[in-house]
Amino acid sequence: MTSNIVEIDNLSFGYKGRLLHKGINMAFPKGKVVAIMGGSGSGKTTLLRLIGGQIKPSKGSVRVNGRIVHEQTRDGIYQLRRSMGMLFQHGALFTDLSVFDNVAFPMRELTDLPETMIRDLVLLKLNAVGLRGAHKVMPTELSGGMARRVALARAVALDPSIIMYDEPFAGLDPISMGVICGLIRSLNDALGATSIIVSHDVKETFLIADHVYFVANGEVTAEGSPQDLMQSTLPFVHQFVHGEKDGPVPFHYAAPNYRAQLLG
Amino acid sequence: MNMISRVLSGIGSRMIARIWRLGAGARLFILAIIYSGESFKRFHLTLREIYFTGVMSLLIIIVSGFFVGMVLALQGYNTLQKYGSSEAIGVLVALALVRELGPVVTALLFAGRAGTAITAEIGLMKTTEQLSAMEMMAVNPIARVIAPRFWAGVISMPILAALFSMVGVLGGYLVAVPLIGVDDGAFWSQMQANVDVRADIINGVIKSVVFGVACTMIALFEGFDAPPTAEGVSRATTRTVVISSLTVLSLDFVLTSFMLVV
Repeated sequence: MTSNIVEIDNLSFGYKGRLLHKGINMAFPKGKVVAIMGGSGSGKTTLLRLIGGQIKPSKGSVRVNGRIVHEQTRDGIYQLRRSMGMLFQHGALFTDLSVFDNVAFPMRELTDLPETMIRDLVLLKLNAVGLRGAHKVMPTELSGGMARRVALARAVALDPSIIMYDEPFAGLDPISMGVICGLIRSLNDALGATSIIVSHDVKETFLIADHVYFVANGEVTAEGSPQDLMQSTLPFVHQFVHGEKDGPVPFHYAAPNYRAQLLG
Repeated sequence: MNMISRVLSGIGSRMIARIWRLGAGARLFILAIIYSGESFKRFHLTLREIYFTGVMSLLIIIVSGFFVGMVLALQGYNTLQKYGSSEAIGVLVALALVRELGPVVTALLFAGRAGTAITAEIGLMKTTEQLSAMEMMAVNPIARVIAPRFWAGVISMPILAALFSMVGVLGGYLVAVPLIGVDDGAFWSQMQANVDVRADIINGVIKSVVFGVACTMIALFEGFDAPPTAEGVSRATTRTVVISSLTVLSLDFVLTSFMLVV
């Protein structure tokens, strides 16, 4: 039996009077790559922020390593975050630091490792993402795909047991997409970590995910292996997976009658 | 009646928003003080910010100070000679700079040069999720980003104000003595005799420290509180200059009142 490293239990969250999540349940087993998919604005990134303790749920709970995140003190949350790594949508690299210093940042801030060891570890991490040769470069000189790879090296700098990815494929060219896709799987397996991917890129996500959750209208509408979901007859899943223009998610934003609006 | 209640509720909600922002600013100030340990333990973080806020502001401060001093000497001489006391020009220039113009003009220039840079930098760090990334790495952004910049501003401001006054006196001297022909000895001796360390110089330093706290904190808060959009950062940068300038001028009145009474 695989133990769950992250568990979301009956979670509800909303702001400005709008309920974004309505009693969501999810489980993220150790060593697996689990994807959360759904349309834009369905609250996928918010789920990552709830797991990381950046925001508190209105109801229900998120457990990380058996500890309820929102019940922790600030120090407790920071303690939990030391076992997490997160790749942000646009990398979120520190623009005033070089590639080397970006990857070294969590090591220098959170450990007492000597500088010689930090140097070796940083080069090791950069080598894993194929950018050892770019360690002196500044983030502004990197392409989008390269910046994402540096951010990935930084996210796994302290060998976290949970790695979260926020839209890791968004805005990448096909080559970079393939590279990031392969790295997510290989780093997860090499570190024995649990990966949580938030994405709406079906092809790439289905290639590497062990389990997929579909989120729509604040609820988990479907879940299963990528193979199961490819065959799913559920209208929302079918529309999403096959990229159909119209379906349960309408093409048109709610509007008054077209003819009446044009004539009147 | 409906319109009156709408106007009143509009004023009320704007007042509540202002008070809320004041509270949030005060909270950030207290947190910056609480998490200041890191800024002194790893002083290189603060030193780096002193370079960006203080050293990089040197040019504008020195050039402005020089011209303000020269203009003071010209205007002062013009008035003083009518009463036959043109030798007092040195005292006038020095007192005006040390007591008022040094701290106030430096603070206004600091808000425009360094304050806007701080707000834009923090705002963009927020927009590009750099602050969130830091949080997720279990690194407190207030300790790592806000506190070092706060102390850098507080340390830089009195030094910049002192330099402004010093260069201003030099500018005043160049106009009064070689250009107008005021006696060299009278210029310096009157200044030495009439500028008091406690009443003038210390009070000027106190003002510049207070302005340093205010301007830096306003710049930091506006950046930290900016909506994470291009428009949000641009509005926050403008607010930094407007709020800092008004705060400096009003604080100057309050501080001067207290200093003249005590």
